[in-house]
Amino acid sequence: MFAEQISIFIENKEGRLAEVTAILRDAEVNIRALSLADTTDFGVLRLIVDNNEKADDALKKEGFTVGKTKVLAVEVKDEPGGLNYILDSLSENEVNVEYMYAFANPQCKNAIMIFRFDDLEKALKILNEKNIKVITTEEICNL
Amino acid sequence: MPIYNMHYETMPREGLEAVQLSRLKATLEKVYSTVPFYKTSFDAAGIKPDDIKTLDDLKRLPFTYKQDLRDNYPYNMFAVPMDNVVRIHASSGTTGKPTVVGYTQRDINTWAELMARSFSAAGATPSDIIHNAYGYGLFTGGLGAHYGAEKLGASVIPVSGGNTKRQITIMQDFKPTILTGTPSYILHLAEVAEEMGVDFRKLYFKAGIFGAEPWSENMRTELEEKLNLKAIDIYGLSEIMGPGVSIECHEEQKGLHIFEDHFIPEIIDSETGEVLPPGETGELVFTSITKEAFPIIRYRTKDITSLNAEPCSCGRTHIRMNKPTGRADDMLIIRGVNVFPSQIESVLMETKQISPHYQLVVDRKDNLDTLTVKVEIDETLFSDEIKSLQNMETSISMDIKDYLGVSAKVMLVEPKTIARSEGKAVRVIDNRKI
Repeated sequence: MFAEQISIFIENKEGRLAEVTAILRDAEVNIRALSLADTTDFGVLRLIVDNNEKADDALKKEGFTVGKTKVLAVEVKDEPGGLNYILDSLSENEVNVEYMYAFANPQCKNAIMIFRFDDLEKALKILNEKNIKVITTEEICNL
Repeated sequence: MPIYNMHYETMPREGLEAVQLSRLKATLEKVYSTVPFYKTSFDAAGIKPDDIKTLDDLKRLPFTYKQDLRDNYPYNMFAVPMDNVVRIHASSGTTGKPTVVGYTQRDINTWAELMARSFSAAGATPSDIIHNAYGYGLFTGGLGAHYGAEKLGASVIPVSGGNTKRQITIMQDFKPTILTGTPSYILHLAEVAEEMGVDFRKLYFKAGIFGAEPWSENMRTELEEKLNLKAIDIYGLSEIMGPGVSIECHEEQKGLHIFEDHFIPEIIDSETGEVLPPGETGELVFTSITKEAFPIIRYRTKDITSLNAEPCSCGRTHIRMNKPTGRADDMLIIRGVNVFPSQIESVLMETKQISPHYQLVVDRKDNLDTLTVKVEIDETLFSDEIKSLQNMETSISMDIKDYLGVSAKVMLVEPKTIARSEGKAVRVIDNRKI
């Protein structure tokens, strides 16, 4: 049920992000969602792509440090309170969000959010109990 | 101020050399019979203290290296029983292993006198108030200057390093006339004074005695302009004694007089170990000839400089060493703390079990030396969470502070971004314009 995200360490230098996207372009990898967390000196680029293996290979070959992390892709109702409903359910059960970002999904009337929780298994269980839709990697790739 | 010890400081060369020879002989007898390290090293070189008949024979003796001091950690280089040792100092060493030195009561008295001579050479008198901003503690700077100031009969403010704003207030209210500290910290003090709206030039200083790290003629100009005082260079290292091995006279400010009735300097070729003719530039080597607890024979300081035997207008007959221009090894002096790049590697390996590529970048920002340690990230260090990466940086930085006593900013960088020349990483980038 988990989706896999790849993350890349990049220094805060001009053109570094463009280099990553160029590598992915040349490897014919499509970026489905991304977030960039940054500090003064470096950033971590987190990506959901349509082909993790290709992306991983291509980036490593160019000398990037690449990590893989399990995340949850969660369907969020596109209406007031949609996101809050999910967050409330989790915080009641003391599950923390480490980070989250939104997903472009033109085919679906609902939004999709990518979540990294401190306790992924517990979060998944809660979401299932609440009948909140969690999207798999395969589904993401086919979107 | 007249010369503090007129007898010894202005002694004609012939007499001075006779004093040196007799003190050298006594020191050699002493170390040979009491310090196993020296017996072994003299024996290995096939030389006995008796063989040293002239000062020129000194060059036949083997060198002593910093590594020898580490190998004999902590007390095996001491030439007297601990009963007679009244003080211990230490300089930063590899992780957890500093270089330890000891002093008898007589050594402390000698040191105090040499610092009193130094203050006098800088123009201080018993009526001066000395603001001592050298750090007090294991570092020899604080206590060394302190005892010398008292010996001179001046009033000493033992303010130590740090707490900068309070120092400015003290300078305004206590009206000290002599300032001591590391030049980079002193320039930082000046900046803070400016931020506080205090005109440093209007304070009461007439001279500053700055040392424990190398500084240039350009810095002298800057210090003298910003602080409105005479900037005097002082040299010393704990292995030889501490500050007060040599000092500039305020008359000339051109080369540091070495107190030759206590130390014999040599300049050698650091590759071959050959003694170089007077005036040539090479590695400075010292032999102590009056120390009791921690005598040291032909110690390789790794400082690169030259000696000037020309007579000096101040009247002192002691030879002058020029300002050291560099190091024969990769040691860095950062805010008075000695740092070897290999120590950073040890910290990374011992505390994080990693041996990544790293690089030390030293800058001088707002007149304060800053150390940045770049560490190349790899998959074992990497995390997708910013906070773990930042925690990693903070934790390495704290380990460095713990082990080496120097604050460093740790910066994770991408793999293979640290420059390598001929396959070897460039470990140090020193951007300071000294």
